[in-house]
Parts: sequence; C-alpha cells; structure tokens
Amino acid sequence: MKVALVGNPNTGKSSIFNLLTGLRQHVGNFPGVTVDKKVGKLRIGKEDHELTDLPGTYSIYPRSKDEEVVYDSLSDSQSENYPDAVIVVVDAANLERNLLLFSQVYDLGIPTLMVLNMTDLAKKQGKTLHIDKIQELYPEASIVEANARAGFGKDRIKEGLVNLKSRSASKITLAASDDLKAQEVETEARFKTIQKNLGDLESKEGKAKEMSRGEKLLVHPILGYVIFSLVLIIIFQFVYAFATIPMDLIDGAFTTLSAWTSQVMPKGVFTDLVTQGIIPGIGGVVIFIPQIALLFFFIAILEETGYLARVVFIMDRLMRPLGLNGKSVVPLMSSVACAIPGVMAARTISDWKERLITILVAPLMSCSARIPVYTLLIAIVIPDETIFGIMNVKGLVLFGLYMMGTVFALLVAVILKFIIKSKEQGFLLLELPEYKSPRWKNVGITVWEKVRIFVWDAGKVILAISIILWALASYGPSDRISESVKVAKIEAAELNLSEEETNQLISSVELENSYIGIMGKTLEPVIEPLGYDWKIGISLITSFAAREVFVGSMATIYAVEDDGASNKTLVEKMKGQKRRDGTTVYTLAAGSSLMVFYVFAMMCMATLAVVKRETKSWKWPLIQVGYMGVLAYLGAWITFIILS
Amino acid sequence: MNRSLSEISNDQQVQVVGVLQSSLKVKLMEMGMVKGKSLTVLYRAPLGDPIAIDVDGYVLSLRKDEAKLVEVEQINA
Repeated sequence: MKVALVGNPNTGKSSIFNLLTGLRQHVGNFPGVTVDKKVGKLRIGKEDHELTDLPGTYSIYPRSKDEEVVYDSLSDSQSENYPDAVIVVVDAANLERNLLLFSQVYDLGIPTLMVLNMTDLAKKQGKTLHIDKIQELYPEASIVEANARAGFGKDRIKEGLVNLKSRSASKITLAASDDLKAQEVETEARFKTIQKNLGDLESKEGKAKEMSRGEKLLVHPILGYVIFSLVLIIIFQFVYAFATIPMDLIDGAFTTLSAWTSQVMPKGVFTDLVTQGIIPGIGGVVIFIPQIALLFFFIAILEETGYLARVVFIMDRLMRPLGLNGKSVVPLMSSVACAIPGVMAARTISDWKERLITILVAPLMSCSARIPVYTLLIAIVIPDETIFGIMNVKGLVLFGLYMMGTVFALLVAVILKFIIKSKEQGFLLLELPEYKSPRWKNVGITVWEKVRIFVWDAGKVILAISIILWALASYGPSDRISESVKVAKIEAAELNLSEEETNQLISSVELENSYIGIMGKTLEPVIEPLGYDWKIGISLITSFAAREVFVGSMATIYAVEDDGASNKTLVEKMKGQKRRDGTTVYTLAAGSSLMVFYVFAMMCMATLAVVKRETKSWKWPLIQVGYMGVLAYLGAWITFIILS
Repeated sequence: MNRSLSEISNDQQVQVVGVLQSSLKVKLMEMGMVKGKSLTVLYRAPLGDPIAIDVDGYVLSLRKDEAKLVEVEQINA
C-alpha cells in the first residue's frame, strides 16, 4: 500500500514520519523537480508499506515548487505518486486552519486517516476537542489521536491504517493550480463550513495570549541581534573545536591506510590507483563529515526549538534588498565553516529563486578550508607589524579577506536578483511556532540524513574527480616522467642527496612533468598578469580537489632546493623563490593577488558536487565555477596591479 | 472605518474585513485571514518589518507588503 503523509508545517508531521519509519527511510526524487522525496518503510504486522512524506503545506493549492508536489501527487490518480491512502496530520491546537487542508484532502475521495496531534498543547490552551463531532463532519475519515513529541500514537496510527473506511462519496475535482478565483471561492466556502461547526468541534475557555519575556528579548531590535550573534559564536566555537579532532583522525587514518595498502599490494598501476586515487578520494569525502554533522546538529536544534523562525523574522528585512530572505541567513553563516552544509541548509528556503541565489553565493563566504592557504600566504608576504600600537597587520589582512568574501557574496546576490527570472512572487508568510525543547531523535535523524546524502550523492562525484586529478598528476605524455626521473636520480647522486631528499626531488620532478605540470606551464601566460609562475599554476589546478591541497602541492613542488641541503620550512623556501630574472616570486603584490584569487575562486569539487545534488543539474555548478572564476581572475589582477 | 493591517500598532486587536485582490489573496486566506477573524498585532521586527500577529492562538509573521493587503477594523481602542 502506498501511503502519503500530509499536513501543515509545524504540526509535528516529520515527528510522526520518524515515529512510524525510524531510520528505515531514504531520500529520493520527485520527477522533474528539485524537491526531495522522503520515503520510509512502514511495517504493519508482517507487511511493509511505503510511506511518502509530502512537503508541509497549508493548502492543497500550491504557491511553491514544494507545494506543487503535494498538488500533483494527490490530484492526478494516474500519477505514480498517487497514494492508496492519505494520513493528514492535524494540529489540534489550531483546528480551524488545519481543517482547511484536511477537508481538501478528504474531498479527494482517497481513504483518509486524520491524526490529531498535539492534543496536549490544545488542552493546555484550554481547548477541548469533540472527536465525535469531527467524525460527524467527516463521516468517512478515520480519526486517531497521537502525541508524536511524547512518542505515542504509533500503534494507533497503524491500527487506523488497517481499519480505513472505504470511500463512497464522489470525489471533488480540484481547481486548476493557477485558477486563483476558483480557489478563492472554494477556500471561502470551506472556512464557512468549518467555522459554522467549529463551536461543536472544540470548546475553549477564553485565554488571551501573553507574550513571554523571553520572546521579547529574542526579537528585540538590538538584543535580538546580539543574542543571534552569540548563538552563532557558540556554534562556530563548537564546530572549530570539535570538528578538527575527528578531521585530523580521519586524515591520519587514510594516510596510514594508503601507506599500508601500498606496502601490501604488488607494485603497479592498479595499486597506485587504489593508494593514491581511490583511498585519498574517499578520505576527501569522509573528511567533511564532522563539519556537516556538527553544523546540522546545531541547525536542527535551532529549528526544533522554534528559534530559527525568529532568526528569519529579525533578518528578513535586512536580506530582502539583496534578493534574499531571512531564511538565507543560516545557510550563509554555515558557509563560513563550510559551504557544503550551507548549500544543503538552503533547502528550507521555499522560494526557488531565493534558494538558488543563496546556493550560488554561499561559496564566496570564506570557509575553513581557505584558512591554511591564507595563513601560509600571509606568513610569506605580509610584514609582521602592528599599526595603531595594537592592530596586528597579519590579523587585519585575514579579517579583510573574510570581509571581502562576505561583501562580494551580498553584492553578487543583488546582481543575481536582477538576472534570474522567476514567476513566483517572493513572500514571507511564516508561522512562528511555540518554543519547544528539541526532540533528540529528530535531531539525530536530520544529521544522519544530511551526512548520508552528502556521502552517497556528492561522494560519487568527488571520488570521480579525485581519480581524474590523480591520473593527471601521475601520468605524463609518453615516457616524459620516467626520463626526467632518471635525470633527477643522476642529479641526486651527483649532489650526494640523502634518500629522503632524493625521493622529494623525484616527486617534485614527477609532478612537474605530469599532465597537470604541463597544464600548469601552459597556463603560465594566462596567470602571468596576476603575478604567478607555472609552479603556482600547478597548485591552482591540484587545489581544485580542495583548497587546502594548495599547501601540500606547494610543499611537493618546493620540496628540494637547489643546494639540496638545508632544512628550511615551506615559508622560508617560498620566501626565497626567485624568477629566472632574479626577482622574488612571492612579492607583496603576487602573494596578495593569490590570496584574493582564493577568496573568490570556486576551488572545491565537493561543493560543486553538492550544488549539483541540490539543484539537480550541472548548469548551476558550472555557472558558479564560471562567475567565481571571472571574479577571482579580475580581483587578483587588479590587486596585483595596485600593489606592484 | 477600514484600515490596512500594516497600520495597526502593537497590542491592538482588530477584526478582518477582507483581503484585497492580489495573487497572494488565497494564500493569506489559507493562513486564516478570513472575514470576521480577530487578530492581535504582537510585535514588529527591527525596522518595523515583518510584523508578528496572533491569529487564533498561533503566531503568524508577514511582511508589511503582505499586511497591506489585509483590511481590518478596530474592535477595541
């Protein structure tokens, strides 16, 4: 049996879904749209049924792409999503508004189960529900009570599904999804019917709503922002403090695994593919898991408690002139840690245009992977001075780079606002739900789901690109690499290099003569105006895998100095680099230009893979690579000209 | 006298008279903006926009532009 789950937002619909399916759920695709289809297995007795969680909506008539899925699934009995039964979750504390959607679904003639959720909250508000009267109004519906927060109602819902009443009433045809006039008439009539009967359905003792002191603080004109900043600071502290530990462990584990595998397996191309392509490629996927998991842990808590809606509320007016809305704030802020969870978090934005703009500009926010690149380059070219007695210039530059990313993210958003056309009118009709303590099961399931989507959907793309990059870095035309390695070995013998130094020289020569090395050299005329040489060109290409790879590539390229003796650090080596004409490579101008390049360039295949996953097409990630590349090139070029 | 919801100050209770014709009309009705419904303006975001109102025990936030579409009349001053 195919069962669809529908309901208003904030009715505890996803709690009910989690309650019924647990971890036996997977995320698929509704055909043709970018909306995720959450399907779970619902076991009743010995039989498995398919439960589809349709997007939350206040009415069957759609105003967004998410809501269209509900309309399409339920209106067309020929559709492959057309269910055999529908569960409508109804918030007992907001009966009138919830019954609108319920009555629409009920009239479709599909066997319908009403799950009255949050009856405890209704009681707290002084409302008493008369289920017998509700039953009278909708005689062919089955009605059960549940309290998903407390985890109760699972058996009753299952029982309700088994004992669904068959439908006899002729079904009502829905108005066309764009026939606003017909929808208006229908909605008005439905509310009239509901209101006429509502007195019978619930009795309430009048109780005026008081705004709590806490609520006042959270939306206060000044304190509201202060509190939001504090919440962000705490989250980032946790993410930075806790994500690095597992990340280092993962990094170490995969390096060890590579080394061990290469010892056990016979030497050859296949071993190289496994140890240098596949294992580091998988490592490159796994390394992101701690950050994604931690950020979504916090985002899920913010959402569960109801605070996220307040953030949207206080930020909306500020984001609107930028073509964004209040819901873009959390994705953009998350991108300061890592653009991947940021792009994934944009899913809460129901307006497609606003969501797309958020996704497109999110990678401009300086993420944590840029830090190693910034730190290395700052150490090389920025003087260790203080201005005004206290301000450290290096620190100021780092701050400036972050600001540059943020300012340009917002600027590009404004420009995209005018470029991207949309038929949907942007609006914000947002329910501010009651504050609740988070349900840890829901938080856990959110984290698990986000990690799984990343690993399975984006992981494939990341792995494929890793292998391509590995092949390009390990192979060169004909026997160019082996020839140059021979020369390098002779050279090393003449210079009396130690074994370690010889190996470093060989890997440096290998990289230089690989396809990537050749690409770096070919690229030189293009990047020369920016102040870069071909060695930087190589690192630009390799760091497409991930920005921090830049540091590793630099270390490989500069592994061996001409004298081959000294044990200089990478910073010292890079500082000492001279061009053929004797001028320094890493001048203030060239170094700064390179930093600016990394602020803007889309050097992260993992983010690209996630953007492809979220927009369901290669078009947008490619546009992203393009516009960010242009920004990077122009920005770096201007920086170089100004500073030289 | 009818006024638009966007002009109502905080803590005032009003009653919905109707929603102006617009592409958001049905959407606003679905959220409870139907004739006769009583609303209380609760608070405003910094810069006065969006507005949070109480609709029958649930809190709805809407932008000023959307509130302009809702015609209301005062119940008590």
